[in-house]
Amino acid sequence: MRPILLFVFTMIVLLSAPGMNTVQARQKNIILATTTSTQDSGLLDVLLPIFEKKTGYFVKTIAVGSGQAMAMGQKGEADVLLVHSPEAEKKFIAEGYGINRRLVMHNDYIIVGPSGDPVKIKAVKFTLEAFKKIASEKGLFVSRGDNSGTHSKEREIWKAAGISPEGEKWYQQTGLGMGQTLNITAEKKGYTLADRGTYLALKKNLGLDILVEGDAILLNIYHVIEVNPAKWPKANTAGVKAFTDFMVSKETQAIIKTFGVEKFGSPLFFPDAGKKEEKLGK
Amino acid sequence: MMSDSTTILEARNIRVERGGTVLLNIPSLSIEEGEILALIGPNGAGKTTFLQTLSYLLKPFRGEIFFGGEKVETHVSVLEYRRKLAMVFQYPLLFDTTVFNNVASGLRIRGMKKKEIDDRVMENLKRFGIPHLSHRSAKTLSGGEAQRASLARAFAIQPEILLLDEPFASLDPPTRDSLIEDLERILSQTRTTAIFATHDRLEALNLSDRVAVMNNGMIQQIGSPEEVMNHPIDEFVASFVGVETILTGKVIRKHGGTFVASISGKEIEAVGEVYLDETVILCIRPENVTLSTQPRPEATSARNVFVGRILKIAPLGPYQKVHLDCGFPLVAYVTRHSVEELSLIEGNEVGASFKATGITVIRK
Amino acid sequence: MDLIFEGIKKAFWLLVTFDPEVFRITFLSLQVSGTATLVSLLIGVSTGTAIALSQFPGKRFMVSLVNTGMGLPPVVVGLFVTIFLWRNGPLGFLGILYTPTAMILAQAVIATPIVMGITLAAIQQLPKKLRLQILALGATRLQMVWILMKEAKLPLLAAVMAGFGGVISEVGASIMVGGNIKGYSRVLTTATVMETSRGNFEIAIALGIILLLLAFSINFIITQIQQRERTR
Repeated sequence: MRPILLFVFTMIVLLSAPGMNTVQARQKNIILATTTSTQDSGLLDVLLPIFEKKTGYFVKTIAVGSGQAMAMGQKGEADVLLVHSPEAEKKFIAEGYGINRRLVMHNDYIIVGPSGDPVKIKAVKFTLEAFKKIASEKGLFVSRGDNSGTHSKEREIWKAAGISPEGEKWYQQTGLGMGQTLNITAEKKGYTLADRGTYLALKKNLGLDILVEGDAILLNIYHVIEVNPAKWPKANTAGVKAFTDFMVSKETQAIIKTFGVEKFGSPLFFPDAGKKEEKLGK
Repeated sequence: MMSDSTTILEARNIRVERGGTVLLNIPSLSIEEGEILALIGPNGAGKTTFLQTLSYLLKPFRGEIFFGGEKVETHVSVLEYRRKLAMVFQYPLLFDTTVFNNVASGLRIRGMKKKEIDDRVMENLKRFGIPHLSHRSAKTLSGGEAQRASLARAFAIQPEILLLDEPFASLDPPTRDSLIEDLERILSQTRTTAIFATHDRLEALNLSDRVAVMNNGMIQQIGSPEEVMNHPIDEFVASFVGVETILTGKVIRKHGGTFVASISGKEIEAVGEVYLDETVILCIRPENVTLSTQPRPEATSARNVFVGRILKIAPLGPYQKVHLDCGFPLVAYVTRHSVEELSLIEGNEVGASFKATGITVIRK
Repeated sequence: MDLIFEGIKKAFWLLVTFDPEVFRITFLSLQVSGTATLVSLLIGVSTGTAIALSQFPGKRFMVSLVNTGMGLPPVVVGLFVTIFLWRNGPLGFLGILYTPTAMILAQAVIATPIVMGITLAAIQQLPKKLRLQILALGATRLQMVWILMKEAKLPLLAAVMAGFGGVISEVGASIMVGGNIKGYSRVLTTATVMETSRGNFEIAIALGIILLLLAFSINFIITQIQQRERTR
């Protein structure tokens, strides 16, 4: 029996170790539901420690698709959202689930595909035409299919192009995050719509090229939204206010501006605090 | 019922039923202090059920058990009572640890001090001749060694009553004999009261002061070994204690203490108080039958003399078992030597005789 | 292949330099899965023993339920634990969603049926008369259970290994209820998933290797104990 007692003893020692103070003061926690791209790009790893040090709040980042992030906000399971799905966001605000939607930054989407570019969309240059060409020549298109911001942007483009790709053989949905979807696209030598930040972060192992970029419709805009405290009294109102203020502050915006330059040679995001959404990309 | 002050255990109106079947029905049984009682009977007779009921291992049951005159459950708690008993099963059921720890287990359960445990364990290992096995793993013991360890474990707690459930049944004969010898010695040395179940009547005769023959959950007969062997009260007991010839007949004549019964036209004289025309059962033990080559051995004192044809001769331990047809079936035991001397051959005729006093009479 | 080699190099480097982030993640993995295993042992062993030793109508059904539970998909557990722990869920008042405590809870839910099932089988496989023998030696019911557990210690150690192995390598539930929060609820498995999707394959492989090493060393220790018990 001694070995089992030893095991129990070891576990008790382990458990009494510091770092397990899970019962953090409730009002010190903020649940941030955000898209995978902000976490996968590493931006939040830079910003959050600054915020936490400055304010003493603790941010719990739950990285999911924009769609799920808003679903969490709708149920009051998150305090604040950092998302990039403008159409859905507007609906979210209109239905009273969120308030104080503020523009934080943007980057852009790109259409990527194998270097060989089998259906030759690189020559087309315009997004809608490229999508139409992929559809008509049945080039393999890999979709996120997860209600994320990227996915809703992609659907928006298909709709604008007048195509409904669902159920087509050349159209495949992964249901996964951007990083994994890019990996799958690379393996299958297909096309996909990606945000530039994630693409740049993964580029070296992918073997996928940017084929279409710079089109106005490809703009990827990030907003911060406070979950309506009137609906969910459990939300951490003061913390949320501090966080949204932090995201649009001068200091933060300056960090966003230079984030990624060192590693990728170009910034991953462009700070936009205080600008008008309609004016972006023009 | 005995109201002797030395009664240690008394069972009253014990009844165990499962699914409408009566497994055990013991109206009354008393055990004297220091006595060794053998429960014998075929498999399924209820011996194990009785032992487990007596030790409160088998529940529920109806009835009452008194230990030293105090009613268990009412005046003595079941645990308290159980701690006065020890039980040894057919299989040693040792724990997966050393022999020492096994023998110590009952003492540790009782929270005894280490020093006392050490002494008590060594004492009992020596008693059973296995002190050299003390540090061996129980898994590595032979069957005999394991059963010795199991017995040492039982004796270590110095039980007031020891219950043994066919403790030798799974041992080979030489191992069994030496263990029985040791157990007999230790039981008498320690004057431990014991109840042990067996289906081997020789084992019972060897060890016990009293024998209880069980069948169908009931005690058919209880008494000293001689009493049960020589005066079985019914056919079942008779056949179980080793009576090979059991004959049913009618009393046709009687004078004084003897009578003559007719069995398939043959007349057999026996001793007993019976009525005329009464149906009786005559039990003849095979060792009481004498064979001789003279077809008419007038010179014998036996009243019952017959000529029989040898049907079969089969070896049985040191004896030969001879089946005869004397107009009724008869079985005799003879030595190997006699078989040669009398040149007994299957199919031949031979004279068979037995005394009237050697017949056990059972009245219907 | 290069990638795997790079990963092994990286793992080695992270280990020898005591990279604080990796160290914290590894330690948290151990803490969370260790506690979950401990909780599952307390519940699983006692309940498993109780089921094995008692007779009641529907026992067979109960046993097959436990055996099914041994293969409980972690994501399903993660989903239900999340729903229960939502602020507005039935256990929302606890306020433990996205904490290591929630991960312990989810992992304990995963490991408990595993431990329970193995315990049940281990106790049931002991000879029935052994129980009678223990009681006949004068044991109380509690003493009997304790002795039976000692008799079943080898399979019970296997239960520890299976339970711990099941949860330390589990990712679905941990990411759902823990949220993979940096420096707080990030464990080896969730970090591996994240680094993979970030394209940091070397680190992902390195974390995977550390996880393997961890699982291996724990199982190695327990196996050592088990073998020693066996040969004694």
